Amino acid sequence: MHAFEYASPATLQDALKLLGQQWGQADVLAGGTDLLSLMKDGVHTPRRVVNIKGIKELGGIQASGTSVRIGATVTLDELAESPVIRKSLPALRTAALGVTSPQIRNMGTVGGDLCQRPRCWYFRGGHGLLARDKNGQSLVPNGENKYHAILGNRGPAYFVSPSSLGPALVALGATIKLASTMGTREVEAARFFVTPASDTQRETALMPYEILTEVVVPIGMRNATYEVRQKQALDWPLAAAAVALKMKGTAVESARVVLGHVAPTPWPATQADQMLAGKTITGDVAEQAARAALADATPLSQNAYKVQLARVAVKRALLEAAKGRA
Amino acid sequence: MPEYSWPPKEKRRLMGKRHDRIDGLEKATGKAKYGSDLNLPGMLHGALLTCPHAHARVVSIDTSAAERMPGVTAVRLIAKAGDEIQWAGAEIAAVSAKTEEQARDAVKAIQVQYEPLPHLVHEHDLQKAGPRAKAAGEVLEGDPDEAFKTADVISEQMYGIPVITHCCLEPHGNVVRWQGDKVDLYPSTQNVSGIGGDLAKSLELPAAQVAVHQDHIGGGFGSKFVADRWGVEAARLSKASGGAPVKLFLDRATELTIAGVRPSAYGVVKLGAKKDGTVTVWESRTWASGGFTGGNSPPIPYVFTRIPNKRQNHSAVSINAGGARAWRAPNHQQACYLTCSALEDLAAKLKMDPVELFKKNADWTPRPEVYRSQIDKAAELIDWKKKWHPRGDSGSSHLKRGLGLALHTWQGGGHASQARTTIHADGTVEIELGSQDLGTGTRTAIAIVAAETLGLRIQDIRVKIGENAYPPSGASGGSTTIGGVSGSTRRSMTHALDKLFDVVAPVLGAPKEQLEAVDGKIQVKGNPAKNLTWQAACAKLGMNKISEMGTNDPKNPGGLTSAGVGGVQMAEVEVDTETGLVRMIKTVAVQDCGTIVNLKTAESQTYGSVIMSICAALMEERIMDAQTGRVLNPDMEFYKLAGIGDIGEIVVYMNMEKEYDDRGVIGLGEPPAIGGITAIANAVANAIGVRVSHVPLTPERVLAALERRNA
Ligand SMILES: Cc1cc2nc3c(=O)[nH]c(=O)nc-3n(C[C@H](O)[C@H](O)[C@H](O)COP(=O)(O)OP(=O)(O)OC[C@H]3O[C@@H](n4cnc5c(N)ncnc54)[C@H](O)[C@@H]3O)c2cc1C
Repeated sequence: MHAFEYASPATLQDALKLLGQQWGQADVLAGGTDLLSLMKDGVHTPRRVVNIKGIKELGGIQASGTSVRIGATVTLDELAESPVIRKSLPALRTAALGVTSPQIRNMGTVGGDLCQRPRCWYFRGGHGLLARDKNGQSLVPNGENKYHAILGNRGPAYFVSPSSLGPALVALGATIKLASTMGTREVEAARFFVTPASDTQRETALMPYEILTEVVVPIGMRNATYEVRQKQALDWPLAAAAVALKMKGTAVESARVVLGHVAPTPWPATQADQMLAGKTITGDVAEQAARAALADATPLSQNAYKVQLARVAVKRALLEAAKGRA
Repeated sequence: MPEYSWPPKEKRRLMGKRHDRIDGLEKATGKAKYGSDLNLPGMLHGALLTCPHAHARVVSIDTSAAERMPGVTAVRLIAKAGDEIQWAGAEIAAVSAKTEEQARDAVKAIQVQYEPLPHLVHEHDLQKAGPRAKAAGEVLEGDPDEAFKTADVISEQMYGIPVITHCCLEPHGNVVRWQGDKVDLYPSTQNVSGIGGDLAKSLELPAAQVAVHQDHIGGGFGSKFVADRWGVEAARLSKASGGAPVKLFLDRATELTIAGVRPSAYGVVKLGAKKDGTVTVWESRTWASGGFTGGNSPPIPYVFTRIPNKRQNHSAVSINAGGARAWRAPNHQQACYLTCSALEDLAAKLKMDPVELFKKNADWTPRPEVYRSQIDKAAELIDWKKKWHPRGDSGSSHLKRGLGLALHTWQGGGHASQARTTIHADGTVEIELGSQDLGTGTRTAIAIVAAETLGLRIQDIRVKIGENAYPPSGASGGSTTIGGVSGSTRRSMTHALDKLFDVVAPVLGAPKEQLEAVDGKIQVKGNPAKNLTWQAACAKLGMNKISEMGTNDPKNPGGLTSAGVGGVQMAEVEVDTETGLVRMIKTVAVQDCGTIVNLKTAESQTYGSVIMSICAALMEERIMDAQTGRVLNPDMEFYKLAGIGDIGEIVVYMNMEKEYDDRGVIGLGEPPAIGGITAIANAVANAIGVRVSHVPLTPERVLAALERRNA
């Protein structure tokens, strides 16, 4: 393992000063559940590791009447167990509980979940985020792509966004706060995740000199997440959907359906949103919305099944949200 | 001549009952030390450089930078310029350094130039294998053509079962110290008595110079018998580093890439049968690969070996991937899958209950009565009569339940084993064997047999295994250990007791033939008031001790162990036809293993086997990348294994009826790990109305099969 310098500052300002201008100079360490494997596998070789778990202001969950603030170092377990999340944001709670095992939920943080790197096996195997061979061609389309993207996969990126919280936050219209020594900025969750167009880009809006400090999530919508997982533990969803519904009586006033684990970013299924407006959710409506959500899917050689799984996720998430527990 | 045979069932105090493992607490608390836990004073760390190409020629290797790296004590070349490498992960060089990180960094600093050569890493498509598929020649029996002509029904189907790895939780490796002319080896091995000699041969040392020490092993499953390249290199690194111990264990990725696999099996099976379900003819065209050396045909037709007319053609496909090693019941899962799936498909075609079809054809097996009664027992335990429905006839909900079954067999006779019992004057009893406890509970079984023989408690026996200085005992392969060690233990204990009787007889004033060891006492048969406590009896040894050998000779086991068992497994699954996800509801395992020494660990073996079968049936496979030639999932993330939430209910029934019990002790490590995969696959076919031809039964495969059915 590459030798590195370790710092554990007590304040956000000190932490920010320790970051670099380029990727590779420093990596933020939260729960370490992803960073440690990245470093062991030689995918990340930071010269400095900056632990942020000692920074008080990055923790805690606070609710106001209209929104919930979630600190970056809140663990997935704290998130799932928080009464306000349980009551108002089941989409987020389900997503957090889906991250198994308990050990990962106890260590893994909200900021870490959003900033974790894709699990694409070519990326993790040392072929770069865009999984290119020595001629610059992506290994994915002709390779083993059963876990890869079925949407937003016209290249050069084929991986899927790994974050389970991402789709829920995008559906709920959350805001993500990023701090640097120059100040802070707010990014809509939908804009935080980006599809890289070149090898020098990353899959989020985070800059090497920034720390994700908190997430602010509006409350008041019915919401739910449904994940299709092969295994009960230590596994990733094959497809997922998060939905947030603004209701008018028993009908949907407006809907946001976001697919997870099927595209390089959480994937807003706007066709489904449009289709749902004004409708009362029934099995048939949910089914139609599911079909609309995947209408543009372009599966690769081995992952057509994910289209079906994503449809099921949309349908089941909608039916769950329509029950109106939140 | 002392009497060795097992006491009659009703007289056994310990054997056949449920006992905790004697090392359970130390394992559960972490006190137990595995080779990979060792941290000897002055210990160095070894690391391997492996080849990134599936097929390449080594052009040059330059280790000079690595040699200058901090902490590095030795660099050794395993390959040399000009060598042709046949799989990614093949060993190129080894380094030792003061820390593990330094060793790994130094490995990265070795410069190797390769000339990549064309490779083949997939065998599932025989067409693409071209000349790398070698036909083994036709096997013919009876007149299959005529039999097909006269058959009432013919069923033909393609099947596939992939390469999987052993995935031992403790990876392969060892700590080794080569100081002067003496080597101390702390391995992770299934072969305590044999591995020292194997290492000595490679090191060109007299075998007596290698001392082997192993308290515990974290899984082997058939992959840990020899010293291996990494063992030999660790020893040489130790010598080159002035005799400091070197620890070299494979990292997870290397473990899953080169430390052994179960070969695959693919092929088309065609059966002909009479209307009543009696199979009259078998025809198969199969192929398999276990790496560069190809892959033999599984023993098909499996269990139903006496099907009268047969034609078999098999091809071995050589691919550029890490090679096969024995994998818990080698080639039997593949054989079972090809055979018992084909029988289930035949039953479906005949619209017959497969339980009836399997029973009808039991006459084609070597033990019809065993299988028929086991099928009935399993059917009762899974409520087959009530729950079974014809294939696909499973209601309108998207959740479909189904049942399936499979049969298996195994030999499992005890291996050659010697044991030495020592009885000390203070009453202490020791037994020494150069054996190993693979996690099967061997230590505990030895203690049970010993205590049963001496009339003592399990905790009164000191079991010493894991050193090659002890009397030699066979490698733990082929489910041979329990038969071997219980035979040798029984005999050495009986000999030692006989010697003790010699000493005690005059004191009790009775001929030694009249003595018996019961409940911690030596007493006169029929007159238990005349007795000496065990302690008092042993005290008569004065300054002496008793040391007696006992041998299990596989050619002459004397009724203590025998071979050849049957087993039946049935599975109930629920398939979500919208997602293709298979959920285990229940698995029933009915298993014969002769005389049972410890019922608890026997059941544990079977639980573990069923869990492995669930992994292999639903999720487990090695995924190779055709472009890079590498394993894509050499990790525990996408190399998927079941967790607690994935296994459903498991019901184990061990056959302990008299006719089984009378047979002597028979091994159990392998047989229950065979049928489960096929029982699950058959249950899925029953649930969804269509065969999913290839395991693992992943959502994509199940959905694709459903789509085919609906089309
Ligand atoms: C077997 C397994 C299964 C899993 N399944 C799922 C799943 O189903 N769904 C899912 O979403 N996740 C899953 N995970 C991933 C897990 O949720 C993440 O590893 C975890 O959330 C990361 O959080 P962490 O605090 O440990 O991050 P770290 O490992 O500390 O950091 C991860 C990355 O984010 C960066 N980072 C962390 N915090 C910040 C911050 N505040 N500001 C800027 N950068 C930051 C780090 O520099 C690093 O690059 C799984 C992981 C494993 C091992």
